[in-house]
Amino acid sequence: MTARPLLALVCGALFGAGLAVSGMMNPAKVLNFLDLAGAWDPSLGLVMAAALAVSAPAWQIAARRRRPLLAARFETPTRTDLDPRLLGGAAVFGLGWGLSGLCPGPALAVLVTGLPGALVFLAAMVGGMLAYRLLPPPP
Amino acid sequence: METSFTPVSALAGGALIGLAAALLLLGNGRVAGISGILGGALIRPREDGGWRLAFLAGLLLGALVVTLAYPPAARVALETPLPLLAAAGVLVGFGTRMGNGCTSGHGVCGVARGSRRSIAATLVFFTVALATVFVTRHGLLAG
Repeated sequence: MTARPLLALVCGALFGAGLAVSGMMNPAKVLNFLDLAGAWDPSLGLVMAAALAVSAPAWQIAARRRRPLLAARFETPTRTDLDPRLLGGAAVFGLGWGLSGLCPGPALAVLVTGLPGALVFLAAMVGGMLAYRLLPPPP
Repeated sequence: METSFTPVSALAGGALIGLAAALLLLGNGRVAGISGILGGALIRPREDGGWRLAFLAGLLLGALVVTLAYPPAARVALETPLPLLAAAGVLVGFGTRMGNGCTSGHGVCGVARGSRRSIAATLVFFTVALATVFVTRHGLLAG
């Protein structure tokens, strides 16, 4: 295995461990964060805050570097416009997230629990991703 | 399922997620957005020496190791009924591809980068998710 997939494997493992450690693999905990009018569980807010605090300096470093350590260039987004697809897609995602408490990372991680619902959600999510491919590409 | 506020594990887990995002950026020059990584793996599985598949395998491995070392981490509740769960899955898959990102790509990486698009997308999906939970748990349709 060359360096790039190996680093990706390590990063994936850290990410998956982070989801499991933080409790974000549990959709009930996510829904309880989103339920401001119920028995609110603020944990997700701290997960986001810690992830932002640790990763933000990396963007500062990246901005001063011409290329990453193991690749020819940074493959990072360059667009700055707010188009209907971005905002509409975010709204559709927010609806699904609010109904289930699952977003793509936890949807994968929760497979390790072996719950049938986890497989149903993942299959449906993959179906939704492939269905988007059937739409005409953005102009 | 009732859950309690777990500040220490939330901060520790969040720091691991942030570390993963930082290393993937500085090492491979890539954004740790799970919907983008999974979407790319579905469409172009062999591109870039399979780093996407390696990342996804690692994600499962990391979650598995934690649940084996600490079994309570595997105590999760999928409270949404199966048909609704399937519908939600389609919405999450479709919406994250349409909007070019999810909680990790926009919410963590994009916001950390100060991206205008990611900040807007994050505000939208959080607002819609909050409203959705309010309606399903406290609205007219709630039991």
